[in-house]
Amino acid sequence: MAMVQPRSTKYRVLASHLGMLGFIVIILFPLLMVISISFRSGNFASGSLLPENPSLEHWYLALGIPYTGEDGTVTQPPFPVLLWLWNSIKIAVVSAVLILALSTTSAYAFARMRFAGKGFVLKSMLIFQMFPPVLSLVALYALFDKIGNHVSWLGLNTHGAVIVASLGGMALHIWTIKGYFDSIDRSLEEAAIVDGATTWQAFRYILLPLSVPILVVVFILAFIMTIMEYPMASVLLVDTDKLTLAVGAQQYLYEQNYLWGDFAAAAVLSGLPITVIFLYCQKWIVGGLTAGGVKG
Amino acid sequence: MITESLSSYGPENRLPMMRTILKWSALAAFVGMALYLILALYAQQEFVFAMLFLVLTASAIFVFVHKKLYAHRYIFPAVAGMGLFVIFPLMYTVGIGFTNYSASNLLSFEQVQDNLLDRTYQSGSIRYDYGLYETDAGYVIYLEGEHQDLVTAPLELDGSEASVPVLPASVKPAGDPLGMRDIIQLRSELSQLDLLTEDGRALSMASLRAFAAIKDQFTLHDNGSITNNQTDVTYFPDHDAGFYRSADGETLSPGWTVNIGWDNYLKVVSDPTIRGPFFEIFVWTLSFAVATVVFTLALGLLLANLLQWDQIRGKGFYRTMLILPYAVPAFISILVFKGLFNQNFGEINLVLEGLFGMRPDWFSDPALARTMILIVNTWLGYPYMMLLCMGLLQAIPRDLYEASAMDGAGPVNNLFNVTLPLIIKPLMPLLIASFAFNFNNFVLIALLTGGAPDIIGASTPAGTTDLLVSYTYRIAFQDSGQNFGLAAAIATAIFLVVGALSLINLKLSKVKV
Repeated sequence: MAMVQPRSTKYRVLASHLGMLGFIVIILFPLLMVISISFRSGNFASGSLLPENPSLEHWYLALGIPYTGEDGTVTQPPFPVLLWLWNSIKIAVVSAVLILALSTTSAYAFARMRFAGKGFVLKSMLIFQMFPPVLSLVALYALFDKIGNHVSWLGLNTHGAVIVASLGGMALHIWTIKGYFDSIDRSLEEAAIVDGATTWQAFRYILLPLSVPILVVVFILAFIMTIMEYPMASVLLVDTDKLTLAVGAQQYLYEQNYLWGDFAAAAVLSGLPITVIFLYCQKWIVGGLTAGGVKG
Repeated sequence: MITESLSSYGPENRLPMMRTILKWSALAAFVGMALYLILALYAQQEFVFAMLFLVLTASAIFVFVHKKLYAHRYIFPAVAGMGLFVIFPLMYTVGIGFTNYSASNLLSFEQVQDNLLDRTYQSGSIRYDYGLYETDAGYVIYLEGEHQDLVTAPLELDGSEASVPVLPASVKPAGDPLGMRDIIQLRSELSQLDLLTEDGRALSMASLRAFAAIKDQFTLHDNGSITNNQTDVTYFPDHDAGFYRSADGETLSPGWTVNIGWDNYLKVVSDPTIRGPFFEIFVWTLSFAVATVVFTLALGLLLANLLQWDQIRGKGFYRTMLILPYAVPAFISILVFKGLFNQNFGEINLVLEGLFGMRPDWFSDPALARTMILIVNTWLGYPYMMLLCMGLLQAIPRDLYEASAMDGAGPVNNLFNVTLPLIIKPLMPLLIASFAFNFNNFVLIALLTGGAPDIIGASTPAGTTDLLVSYTYRIAFQDSGQNFGLAAAIATAIFLVVGALSLINLKLSKVKV
């Protein structure tokens, strides 16, 4: 490139590399630490940063297998981590499927049809999306309490309630999908409609197959967001075996019952798959997330 | 591909009758279920919720039956979901803000009245000493009264008998009554018994030696007042405070929920034990949100600039490493930091002690706790800003930098005179969104400090690291207080802030629909 280069460039490049590497070391310290701690024996021993006597006891417990120590004592797993992970995945998959189905059809109407109040509804959705659900938890709690008196699978302490409650956060996904639909030429659908297809058929057989990439992105986004949802699940779910990972994980670190080592193994075990999915899909996810401006 | 897929749905059209029948029966089933729910809620006097589902069902039927509203069918589920789980809870919360809904005023007036009228007590005047006899047929209870003796039929006393008739008698059963030891062993079975006399009175065990008559605790009068039959005190319903109140001001628990107007808001302004913590938390929430945006933006922009630089090699590696904090689920990394910062077992203090010989008290010193929160949140948030800036930096034409380099500008000049002016406009809405998100960053506080250390002299749960949202959450859900009304009032104030922010955002980002 014909850029004008000052003489000090070489040193600046070197300094940048060193600076970034140093920064990465600091940034990764917590993550590397947790992996190291998960192999350290005991929950309190804060010895060296690298485990001196690597032990798999925390990993046994995280996987739900009782661990027999060297002196013959048997430790039972403190919490059903795998069950929590399964609960989280179950809730997130069902939520993501529902969110995907409902937001795709809505986005189709917003992108392709003309109807009264379209702009108003779209804008209000954007505004209401910014209100944090934490603040209306009292109302949500009351709502599910009342529904639960008559429809038991939607009451408090059910996964149904958490799944249904996640449907409130669809606006972001509707906007993402609508943006993608807007970028697809509509002449194909118009041609099909001229040939006698109904609107639904044009949507189902023409637009949907063309939009698979964005549908995958929205599914993954909705999945990750539901897995990480904390406030609503923490109020709606009570029993230990019903909790999601996000709600259950903090129980390791109560003052009275501080299980640092067990937590580390459970955190690596459950955090790793989500992290890998995120990194693998980051190119697509980042576009969707930056459009909405939130993560959490 | 198109013709193929278009022809593949041909067979479906041959069964229009089937589809119509299916459609209508599905609609009928939905309406039936919805009506059941509405009626059940109405019967339980949950008028607000019955109304909510009535409106939802009615609009669903309207949209799906009306031919002209074809487009609205597509958006109805999403809009209804938002209405049910975002807009309704929001309005309901605003409504609760004007009531005294709390742990002590949880029920409706009718429920409180029923609850009080259901209460009973044991009369002191109608008492029977008793003896328990073991006969061949079972246990017999013989009650000795002032005027009359009563006796039961032989009982199993295995916990299965609840109400047992007693008949007048004059002769005690044969043998000696059982001693105190046996009675104590059978105590729980005996205390479950209700002995019904011929004139319809119920007797229950009052002590190990006596049975006594059960009486209604309260009597309801026509003017709405109730009298305690035990103490003869009369209580009048006070519909301003939501309690039954006696002449000398004593109130009965539980109370009921009433509308108290702006009292919750006035309390926030006038009660020093709430006003002090509220303003302290408000100031901290603002500074936290601003500081987070500034720190994450500064760090993100710096890193994005470095990654855009042509001279740097290994960009893919750096990029992946730098967004790792963003890829790890937040609830896990926050808890990891909670452990690492722990004063006694935490690895951060271990390192600090090794290097500088100090052990900062991260969770009990307010200033340190706030510093820790900012460190953790910057760690969590900078990758997002970095990704945003990388996208925006790519859009800046390269020749601008070349021109500035010709004029002898350094990197700092470039940043403030070329880069920032060009990206600040598209960045602004995203910064406001980030501000609003962090203003309400509940998960961070709830998982990291839980608001600790506490503010001294606060009458509600309040901590120095609490944000307004977590403060609200604690007032509503933590400890004994459970003051939903006050929490909802503060939540309403936050709604106004968030609403204003999102309106400004909408204006700035010039959303086109």
